[in-house]
This record gives sequence, C-alpha cells and structure tokens, in this order.
Amino acid sequence: MKPARFTYHDPAAIADVLALLAEHEDSRLLAGGQSLMPMMNFRFVQPAHLIDLNRVAELGYIRADAGTLAFGAMTRQRQIQRDANVQQACPIMIEALSHVGHRQTRARGTIGGSISHFDPSAELCNMAALHDAQFVLARKGNQRTLGFDQFARGYLTTAIEPGEMLQEIRLQRWAKPYGFAFEEFAMRHGDFAICAVSVLLTLTGSGAIDAIAIAVSGVAPTPQRLRGFEAAARGQMPGHALCREAALQAAAIEAMSDAYTTAAYRTHLARVLTYRALEKAVARFKSQDMT
Amino acid sequence: MSDTRNISVVVNGKSYQRTVDTRRTLGDFLRLDLGLTGTHFGCEHGVCGACTVRVDGTAVRSCLMLAVQANGKSVQTVEGMAEGDILTPLQTAFRDRHALQCGFCTPGILMTMAEFLEENPAPSEADVRDALSGNLCRCTGYQNIVDAVLQTADTLRKTRDAA
Amino acid sequence: MMSEKSFGTSPKRKEDFDLLTGRGRFVDDIVLPGMYAAAFVRSPLAHARIKSIDASAALAMPGVHAVISHHDLPATLRERRLPLFVPHPTLTSRMQHALAKEEVCYVGEPVAVVVADNRYLAEDALHLVEIDYEPLAAVSDCKAGARPDAPRAHADLESNVVSRMLSSVGDIDAAFRETPHVFKEEIFQHRGGAFFMECRGVIASYDAVEGALLVYVSSQGPHRIKRALLDLFDLSDTQIRVVTPDVGGGFGPKGSFYAEYAAIAACAMMLGHPVKWIEDRRENFVATHQERDQYWDVEIAVDAEARIRGLRGVLTHDNGAYTPWGIVLPWISVATVPGPYIVPAYHIELRSVLTNKVMATPVRGAGRPEGVVVMERLMDRIAREFKLDPAEVRRRNFIQPSQMPYNVGVIFRDGKQVVYDSGDYPACQDAALQTIDYDAFRARQAEARLKGRYIGIGIGNAVEGTGLGPYEGAAVKVATNGRITVSTGATPQGQSHKTTLAQIAADQFGVSIDAIRVETGDTSKISQGIGTFAARTAVNAGSSVHLASVKVAAKAKAIAAKLLDVREEDLELRDGYVQLAALPGGPGAASDNARQVRKSLAELAVVAAGMPGFAMQDGAEPGLESTAYFTAPQSTYANGTAVVEVEVDIETGRVTILRLVLAHDCGMLINPMVVEGQVMGGVAHAIGNALFERMLYDDQAQPLSTNFGEYLLPLATDVPRIEIVHQETASPLNPLGIKGAGESGTIPTIAPIIAAVEDALSPFGVRILEAPITPQRIVELLGDAALGRTR
Repeated sequence: MKPARFTYHDPAAIADVLALLAEHEDSRLLAGGQSLMPMMNFRFVQPAHLIDLNRVAELGYIRADAGTLAFGAMTRQRQIQRDANVQQACPIMIEALSHVGHRQTRARGTIGGSISHFDPSAELCNMAALHDAQFVLARKGNQRTLGFDQFARGYLTTAIEPGEMLQEIRLQRWAKPYGFAFEEFAMRHGDFAICAVSVLLTLTGSGAIDAIAIAVSGVAPTPQRLRGFEAAARGQMPGHALCREAALQAAAIEAMSDAYTTAAYRTHLARVLTYRALEKAVARFKSQDMT
Repeated sequence: MSDTRNISVVVNGKSYQRTVDTRRTLGDFLRLDLGLTGTHFGCEHGVCGACTVRVDGTAVRSCLMLAVQANGKSVQTVEGMAEGDILTPLQTAFRDRHALQCGFCTPGILMTMAEFLEENPAPSEADVRDALSGNLCRCTGYQNIVDAVLQTADTLRKTRDAA
Repeated sequence: MMSEKSFGTSPKRKEDFDLLTGRGRFVDDIVLPGMYAAAFVRSPLAHARIKSIDASAALAMPGVHAVISHHDLPATLRERRLPLFVPHPTLTSRMQHALAKEEVCYVGEPVAVVVADNRYLAEDALHLVEIDYEPLAAVSDCKAGARPDAPRAHADLESNVVSRMLSSVGDIDAAFRETPHVFKEEIFQHRGGAFFMECRGVIASYDAVEGALLVYVSSQGPHRIKRALLDLFDLSDTQIRVVTPDVGGGFGPKGSFYAEYAAIAACAMMLGHPVKWIEDRRENFVATHQERDQYWDVEIAVDAEARIRGLRGVLTHDNGAYTPWGIVLPWISVATVPGPYIVPAYHIELRSVLTNKVMATPVRGAGRPEGVVVMERLMDRIAREFKLDPAEVRRRNFIQPSQMPYNVGVIFRDGKQVVYDSGDYPACQDAALQTIDYDAFRARQAEARLKGRYIGIGIGNAVEGTGLGPYEGAAVKVATNGRITVSTGATPQGQSHKTTLAQIAADQFGVSIDAIRVETGDTSKISQGIGTFAARTAVNAGSSVHLASVKVAAKAKAIAAKLLDVREEDLELRDGYVQLAALPGGPGAASDNARQVRKSLAELAVVAAGMPGFAMQDGAEPGLESTAYFTAPQSTYANGTAVVEVEVDIETGRVTILRLVLAHDCGMLINPMVVEGQVMGGVAHAIGNALFERMLYDDQAQPLSTNFGEYLLPLATDVPRIEIVHQETASPLNPLGIKGAGESGTIPTIAPIIAAVEDALSPFGVRILEAPITPQRIVELLGDAALGRTR
C-alpha cells in the first residue's frame, strides 16, 4: 500500500496553484490528505502530478461577515472547531465537527478537502447544504460562485471542473436566536454517518415556525434539503404532527444501498432522525427564549 | 525518473537532511531513512492510528502525510518521549496500569494521548475514550489505556499543584 | 532482595520498557544487509484457471530483481503442497501450493511474487504482471455449496463437503422419543478475522556457504514453521533456524503456515539475497486466515422440569478454499456446545464445506464462542417456553462440583473424551449474577420501559478446554557467571510470557523476575516447540519452566551441600546464592557466620560445568541446567459466566452495553494483572463479534470488506468498563494448578450480548438467531415497532 509515482508541486500562492492546474491535466490537489492519501496508498488514485496546497497560507482563514461565515478551503477542521467566531455564530457546526473522524484526522483534514471529495455522508457537506452555502471556484484567469444545488452533482461528484479549485466556502449565517440540532447515526464514533439530519429554525412569538431549514445526508448521493416541508411548515405550530410530517418527507428521499447498508434502513434512519432533530431544535429554541 | 526532493526535518530534537522520493510517506521516512522503527504501520489508510506522530506538536497519521510535507518541521516520535531510561508520566502509567500487551499500537496511542493531555489536562473518562477513538487496539479492550491516561492526568495535576 | 513468592502477584511487565520507548523489535523493524522487498500478485477472482502469466514488463523495470511464479519455483515446491498438520480420517484434504499452479481458489491466493529493491518498486511492478484467467463458477455460501448440484470449489472435487464427522453420546433417539418438550432453532453465526494490529511478515535469508536458511517470521510458533519448511525444502534440521521476534498480536491466524513463507524462503535461496515481505492491510483482509460462517440446525429435548434430555442437529461450516487446520475449528465448536450442562444424549453431524474464500482457521476462542451461542440460545428458548428465569433453567442443568471429574462423553480434537477436571459452575454463575445485581434487574427493566427505554440482560456460560497438548518445553540454565536464562518454544504476542514465565522460575531461584532472562520463539534455543495458541502456554510452558527450575535448583543445592558440607534440605536459594535456610530456629538463623555459609549460583555453575581434565563428581550430568517438556494427560477445563446488560434504541437499532460482568475460573493465577488484561481484551473481541465485525462476500465470493472503514473493530467508545470476578479452582492436571486464560473473555460473551438484545426487545416478540446483530438487522426484526414515534 504505497502510492504510485507522481511529480510533486508545493506552490505557496493561489496564483501558482492555478497556473499548475492549468498546465497539468492529470493532476490532483492535495489538501489535508485524509481521504486522498488513503486512495493513493490503495492506488485507487494515481495522478501524474500532485499539487500540495499545504503551503498556501492564504487559503486558511475564517471570516465572519454580517450575513456569512466564509472559510478558506485549507482551513483545518480542528481550527474551525476551536474558532471563537464559529462557536458563537454557528454552534451547529461545532456539533457536526465532533462527528468528523478523529482528533488526528481533524488536525489535518480541511473543510475544502472534505467538500471537494463530497462524500454523501460527510458532515461538512451536510452543513453546506443546510446553510445554503456558496462555493467560490477559481481557475487561472477567472472565478465563479455557485450555490449548493449547482455545486452538488452526484455521488462523490461536484461542479469543480478540471483546472479548477475550490477556494472558499461561504455559509449563510442565521441571525440569533435560532434553534438547531444535528442528529447522526454512524456505526461507531467518528465513522461516516449512515444518516445525518440537521435543522435550523426560528419560531414566531406565538410559537409557530417562522423559518426552517432541514438537511438530510447519507441517504441520497448528495445531501438533500426538505424544501417542500420547509415551505409548508411556515406558520405551523411545532409538535408531534409536524415532526412526523417532516419525518415522512425525509423518508420520501430515494435512498442508496451498499454491501453493508440497505436503502430501507437509510430511509428509516432519515425518518426517525428527522423527527428527533426537529423536536430537539424546537426545544432548544424555546429554552433560549426563556433565558 | 523518480521525483525527489531535499528535505530538512528536526526529529526528536535532532536535525536531518535527506533526499527523499516525493511519494515516500512520513512514516516510511522515519522508519526506513532514519531507522526510527518505533512508529508502526497498522493499516496505511488512516484508520488504526498506530503510525501517529507529532508534527509541530500536532498528532497526525504518518501514513497520510508525505515526507516532503514535513520539510522544515519538527517531528516527535515515540523514541523522543523518555529521557534516557526515565519514562514520562504517561509511559509510566501505561506500565503501571498494564495498558499495553503486544505493544504494536502503543506508540501511536502514546503520541495521541500526550497531545490530548496537553490540551485537556483534566479529562473525564468520556473525554479520554473520545480522544482515543481514533486508535485501534486489539489486545487490551482499552480499559487499562483509559485508566492509564486518567492516572497520568492525576499525576501531572499533583506535580503542578506541588510546584 | 527477593523474598515473597512471585507467583500470584502482579509485578510490572519485563516487556514494557522496550515497547514504550520504541525499542521493540517486530519483523518489519529488522534490516539485513542487501535485503530486497517482495510483493505478491494475488488472484483477483475467487475461482479461475490460470491461462498464462506474462511478467516481461515487470521484469524490465529498473530495481526489479525477479518475478517468480509456480513454474520458476524449486522442484520440491512445485511437487509438494503445504503440509497438513492435523489430518483426520473423515477429511478429504486440499492443501495449497506455495504459488498457485493452474487453478486459483480464492481472491487473494498468491500467484506470483515480485522481488525488488524496495516495496514501492515491488508494488509498481505488481501492476505490470499480466495474468490471463479463465473464470470458473465459485462457491460463496457454504450451505448452498453443500448441495450436490453446487459448483465445485476446486475443479476436481467430487463434493464440496470435505468432512462429515459425527459426534455422538448416549441414546439420542430415546431422548427425543421420551419427552414432548422439543425445541428447534436454526442459528446462523459469523465470526470475522483476527485483525491483529501488526500484519503478517517474514524475512528469509540464505547463507549458501553454510547452507543455512534463517527465517524471521511474525508467528505464534517458530517450530511448526520450521517443520513445514523442512517438509518443503529437503534441508537438514540444523540448516533451518526460525526466529519469531516481537509479535503485534496473533489471536490464532498467525499460528498457521502460509504459502507466502515458503515462497519468500524460495526467493531468498534463488536470489542469494535476504528477502522481506510485509503483508499490508489490504492483503491482510484477503490472505490471512479468518473465521467465518456456521449454520446450526439444532433441536433440544427437555423433560417437564426443563432438564436437558438430548441435543441433536447439524453444523454446516464454511472452511474456505483449503484445509490447513483440517477440521479442528468446527470440531472444537461441536465439542464446546454441552458446556457446563448435563447433556445425557448428544448427536451432532459436522459438515465442513469448501468454499472459494480464504481459509477459516481458529481465531481467539477457536469455534468455542459459536458453540456457546448455540447452547445458550437454546437455554433462553427453554426459559421462554417454560416461563422460567433464564438463570434458573441454567441452574437446573449445571454439572455440580461434586460430579468432578465429569466425563461429557464427547470426543475432543485431541482424540480423548472431554473430561472436565475441576470447576464450580453454579458458583461461577451466582458470582456473576450477584455482581450485576441480577435479582433487581426485572424491576429496573420495568421502570425503564415506562420511560420508553428498552434494556435487557443476558447470560452466557462456557467451559473451555485449555492447555492443549502435546507439550511446550522450557530449558532453564544458569550460566557460569550466574545469569539465569529460560528458553521456550512458546512465543508471546502480547500475553506477557517474559514476565509470567520469569515469575515461575523466580520462585524456585529466590530471585526477582529481573534476574531471569526469558527467551522465546527461536528454534535454535530449544529443540522442540509447538507454539502459543489455544490458551496453552501458561499450562504447558509454565509447568515446564517450573519443573526445569525445580530440577536446576535441586542440582544447585546438591552441589552446594557437598561443597559446604551441610544437608541439602537445610539449604535455600536466595538472591543468587544457595545458603542455609534462614528459617526461624533453623540452622541458618541470622548469625553472620551462617550467612557466609553460602555459594553463589555462578560458583555452582562453574563446578557443574566441570574442570578440564577432571572427572564429573559422582557421574553428575554437566551443567547447571535442565530442560523439561511437560506433557499434560489431557486438556484442563476453565469456565466462565458473562452477564451483560444492554440498552437498545428501538428507533435506530443502536445497542449500548450498560454493564458487562465476567466471572471466570482459570485455575491459579500466575499474574492477576496479566490475566485481567487477557480477559478484557477477549471481551472486547466478543463485543466486536456480537455487534460489529462482518466479512462480507458477494455471490461470486468476492470479498466486500477490504479495509478498516468497512470492517469495524470496536473502538474505545464501544467497549464498556468490564467487571471481572475471579474464582480459583486449582487444576489437578499440572503442578501449578493453572488453566488457560487467553480466550476466557471471548468465549462466553457473544451469547449474552445477543440474549440481552433479545431480552430488551421482548415486548416486541423479537427473536435473534444470528450473530453478529447489527442496528440495521434489529430495525428489520422490529418492523413497524422501529418507527417509534414517527409511526
């Protein structure tokens, strides 16, 4: 399990990365290496050129603007976990990250690497879906910004084209106070989720749903928002009936299966975890109101 | 034909200059080029944690890092823990609590737990288990490892209090 | 100063300093001058004919020294297959070549070996070796494979069922005729692999001048590896030396002789360079032996008081593609079923079936956990049918201590009847139940259910044949400088032999364990050896160390008595001296003079070695040394009870182990700390088997579990705090009263986890007749009930 030969490049600036990407068609970008390196050790991936982003300091940052939380693609997962702004503005991100791998992998793993790899179970991809993320993609000479639905193309597949690099991920921040929940089922702590459900919501003064977002990952090839439910839920009083309705909507997502996990079980988990997540987010919102 | 680089790495306080294949993993560099065989490979796909070393203080999988990526950095391995025959409190606790059997996974666990205790000097049992969950051990059932880490935290706290 | 007895205490391990400081020496840490690295080309298909092999592109690569396939091997390796160590009259054996000849029979079977400057280059070349295969139909499932119309796992087989063995005791038909209470179950069990953290590895080095082959191998017994190499290479005994350095876990599969070892030895001899092969984890998943599937179709007959009258059925066992351990594994399963219970009539037909998968050979527990699951599932069924407490059903059926020794009647794999030597099974179960507060559990359970929580409890009892023969030797020697060395053929893989065997010797020499050097795993250090498996080393090697140490100590006393002109019985060994015993009121009591009446072990060893030109005194044998090969008359039987409390989340199927108590009796404890470590590790293994570990294959026997992201070992967050209760019933079968401990955590513990899950789900009528049990399966079994509040 040793990687095949490649030519190694370790540029220090974004411009140099983009130039190398333009020059070498058969190349891969190496971010934290927590997914790419195993695939290279197995020789599932054998790029002719490996472009290491670890010296590109300008890709590592967290910026909190009025409406967004922007992450440079090389921001390490551990750095995000420990960032005071994220902890304050986006506590669900901290909860989600506690499920991402283990301390040694979070120390190297980056948000850009995880999202470029786009594993359907990855917690950070779920977070991107939940927060209507925008993705800044750069190539030599130009840049474009895509919304989540344009970015997510399928199983392990994004809109990133050859010669292009994911440069920044912008999450749309919710103004506090809001309720949130992240419910995940994985076989063991730190494993990729079989299913994860995240919820953000606010309630009106009378306790009805004001705004709501629900993202379900691990079930379909890409994380899914329950858009239909989200629209219909506005103005409704949260309770058993509404949680059940959300659960049924989640269960309607067409599920994948693999050697270990059936589509039926994924569907089932989407259903029960959605119920739990919505219930928990409502409770959290209410407990905030009281304080 | 092969792509090589000259790198300079400080390992356990000692500086090394070597020419390496760029595809060489950090773990192989330590084992093959420097003869530091205390770092073990258990899976080479980033799951078992046996190869964990500290790079600039951070515990990372050395099977998922290339040697070239350690250029200019400081690496600590299990060989760099004890001073001569004097074991660290963590190593001592592992011995006291029978926290190792075959000892193959132990170096990676020591590296991970040393970093963890620096960051979290008063952990609960649940904290320790969480931090340990990225290291596989097939011999011990983990309990004695957890106890050894908790004992170390206790020892270090007493040392600090005394100081 | 050493005064207390070391046996029974827990000194810090002699092994630890090196292992904690990175100074351990595992096989991959060994570097020999001029050493090459090897990688194997393995079959990507479960069953195929090899049409052609083209290695020219690989051979043309710089840094590649050889690509060797079957036809390049030395004649003896082309003519012979790997040796079968444990034949059986009912077995049609199929053994492997060092490299596949014409037919490959499992994914991962070695077909060719690439030797290069280093492993990176060897792997580069691996991908350039072109092999043309003609695919053949494969046998994936053993039950399907046992049908007459199934494809054959080897093209020339008449039937995939390569052994049918009956295990029969008493009048089984009468037992079933005479009672109306008969309960039938079909139980499927799957156990995965060993998954030691250090993969296998071997280095072979051939000295053409000496004609000597030196092999370093990560194994559970170098002597058997040497025996296989002797069979394959036509070398003399003294030409082969096999050394096993530090080993990173074994758990059974490192006890086998593998095709790769023969191939690497051949490479070293052919190329005149040392050659190293270190298995990587991808290879480990397809090429290291595993345990796997067993189907049990069984029925039990009980009388009106729920006492067993008879048990009968069929075990269909997935053996994999070849038969390196014959039918040892399923046989042990069959012999383990009766356990601690009185089973007057017993009749099991064992069918061992060849499949196109890597071989199934013993993994920690060696088929016993499966036997226990069968019996304990039946016990729980009886309890349910009779509406009795499961603990009570077991009490009614226990063999009583007054019945010891107890002849079960079943023939064990050593060819002898299973005769339990000692043990108090009712007391063991009581101790476990008391510790977990079993009597209060039903109230706890009812209370939890009111809150929508589902908790359950399960019991598993097991009796385990340990200390299997034939022997394990020990050579104890005091050098002329006084240093004491113990050499044994047993090889530790984490079991702490360097400490525990030193403890046994230390007690005879009156020294601390630091004064004893224990050497393991080197065929040049002791002539005969079997190895470490089947919880046999403490019993066999431990007893041999004791017997040899006693002899050496007696010899030292005899020589000292002559030199000092005192009686032997007034002497003792202490801190490296033979001296007058410092017994209160005895001849040596505390006077300074008396204390000087002593001889150092070094002086005595010099005398024992003899002086050039002088005759040995009284015809004494030279040397202050002795070698003992303790041979037990039969296995000694340890026993244990595991009681497990779990909680099941009915909506997700997640199982959380709340408490786990293991009461066990492994005879006298040499080192309680080490025994507890063995037990805890064994329990964790059982948790993996019960809840996580599954090797999946598709219908063409293609393995689908090939990395640690798919095959799940328990993590620190999955294993609870384990509560251990020791009972010590001395075995009458060896001088130290010990029994084996290495598997005692694993064997009884899968069954109660499964039982506890079923108990937790009893309001839903869920029955679990399989292991492992996964969250997905629990949700399937629960059906609509798993919808919980979303229903």
